[in-house]
Amino acid sequence: MALKSKKYSYTPRAVKEYAVSYSMLLPFLIVFCVFTLIPIICAVVLSFTNFNMLEVPTFTNWMNYRRLFFEDDVFLTALKNTLIFAVLTGPLSYIFAFFFAWLINEMPTKLRVFMTILFYAPSVSGNAYFIWQYMFSNDSYGLVNGLLISWGILDEPVLWFTDPQYNLTIIIIVQLWLSLGVSFLAFIAGLQSVDASQYEAAAVDGVKNRFQELWYITLPNMKDMLLFGAVMQISGAFSVGDITQALSGGYNSVQYSTLTIINHMTDYGTVRYEMGYASAISVILFIMVYASKKLIFKILK
Amino acid sequence: MPAAAAQPKKIKTKKSKRINRSLPTTILLGAFLFLLGAFMALPLVYAVVSAFKPMEEFFLFPPRFFVQNPTTDNFVQMVQVMSSMWVPFERYLFNTVLISFGSTIVYVVIACMAAYPLAKHDFPGRGPINSVIVTALMFTAAVTCIARYIILAMMHMIDTYWAMFLPSLATTLGVFLCVQNLHSFPTEILESGKLDGAGEYRILAQLVIPNIKPVVATMIIFQFQSVWNINGSDLIYDEALKPLVTALSQITSAGISRAGAGSAASLILLIPPILVFVISQSNVMETMVNSGIKD
Repeated sequence: MALKSKKYSYTPRAVKEYAVSYSMLLPFLIVFCVFTLIPIICAVVLSFTNFNMLEVPTFTNWMNYRRLFFEDDVFLTALKNTLIFAVLTGPLSYIFAFFFAWLINEMPTKLRVFMTILFYAPSVSGNAYFIWQYMFSNDSYGLVNGLLISWGILDEPVLWFTDPQYNLTIIIIVQLWLSLGVSFLAFIAGLQSVDASQYEAAAVDGVKNRFQELWYITLPNMKDMLLFGAVMQISGAFSVGDITQALSGGYNSVQYSTLTIINHMTDYGTVRYEMGYASAISVILFIMVYASKKLIFKILK
Repeated sequence: MPAAAAQPKKIKTKKSKRINRSLPTTILLGAFLFLLGAFMALPLVYAVVSAFKPMEEFFLFPPRFFVQNPTTDNFVQMVQVMSSMWVPFERYLFNTVLISFGSTIVYVVIACMAAYPLAKHDFPGRGPINSVIVTALMFTAAVTCIARYIILAMMHMIDTYWAMFLPSLATTLGVFLCVQNLHSFPTEILESGKLDGAGEYRILAQLVIPNIKPVVATMIIFQFQSVWNINGSDLIYDEALKPLVTALSQITSAGISRAGAGSAASLILLIPPILVFVISQSNVMETMVNSGIKD
């Protein structure tokens, strides 16, 4: 890999020598800094202030964080829900993505392409999760309620997206349905590129079934893909928010049953304009995302 | 794998293309896959079917999954609902198309320009920038939304097209994939270009890009898909500037009475991103082979 970095000398001459390289990099670096890097730094700084977008921010020390963990019970609910989402849907969708990719890997090409499209389609269909709203509609006209009632399993319609007993579970299912994205494609491509002769050699060496093949040959060959897949799944697992807001009300959901950190953040940020507090929430989210990446890389290695 | 190697060597006598495959497991895994495939397909099929359902079939009891008398009324109703309550349907569609196409074109250009030196030039700062780009794969729009909102507000871009357009260019996935694929790009070609006296910009445009078309196609697809689905509800308040997705969410919030119009709008939103993928999925697969992260 060409990434091996030699000792750089940051002298003006070295920089000047590569002026063309920097000029090519510049447009992207500017948008990247303005809309990803600076916002993150900005959020960290503002999280120690009181800021309502109108007046100059006032420094408040650790106030926002103290309020988050000791006064704001709703935040703790959001934290709990987000962790449930992340811990369940993160690893599950990661394993599913790999498992599906592995299952369809040996199919004839045309069928494999068809299955790839089928599994990948929900993740790019963006807002098609609205269809779940009609399937699990609260009245007896909804597909699920109607069928369960007509089969005699239910007596009256269940409020799927309102009842705290069910809504979190359904959102998790919807999230899993949506989550076979870029990492799934990477896994398929990775599996396809494992050298077939390795399997033959392994068979000679006594690998007896496909599961042993998977463990001894396929997985070690795909380490880099697995790391990429993990990075892509992490942000998806922690940034559940649009779905809960659209399907079960997010920050308006009954007993905050499906409130996530993203919803809580939007509530304080774009609704109440308490930007300092919203920034503190986002900093917690950054830390969680970054820490889980570190953890996962450690496990996978 | 010392454990496996220690076992007595067994030479396969049966000549078959696939070794180590037992029929029962194949059937079992196949059945499992079929069930999961059905689960994945069901909501999509339901979305298509609902878009053609006449209103009275939404109120059947027991409900029916499939449509009996397909109709295109829902599309007519969708256009009417939007036009009577807000702005014409075409306006939303125009906004969505404008932002998706604009962002995709600009992004692919600046991402290729950034990826080429990051992969092929040995300038000071390359290593750190590359690792920041990998880390930023996790800090997606959703994770940084509040921070971005503050920046956009400071730049007075809230409630303009810029609020959706500019942040969408800060994605690192395309740059990352392009860098990964350029690592294996033959340096000889670049050097022959230099010998002919071509500048770096010309080398990129005439030697590199024509040889990495699958990568460019993949970048186009991923960028298009993500921008097409942006819901600008927190950033745009002016109805005339909202994308179709936001209009759809306004329709569906009205519940079952708008189920027909909602499904029709869903279907319209659903088709383009899937279609682009279907057309060029082989390019995507070719590109994703090089997506692994070397740690």
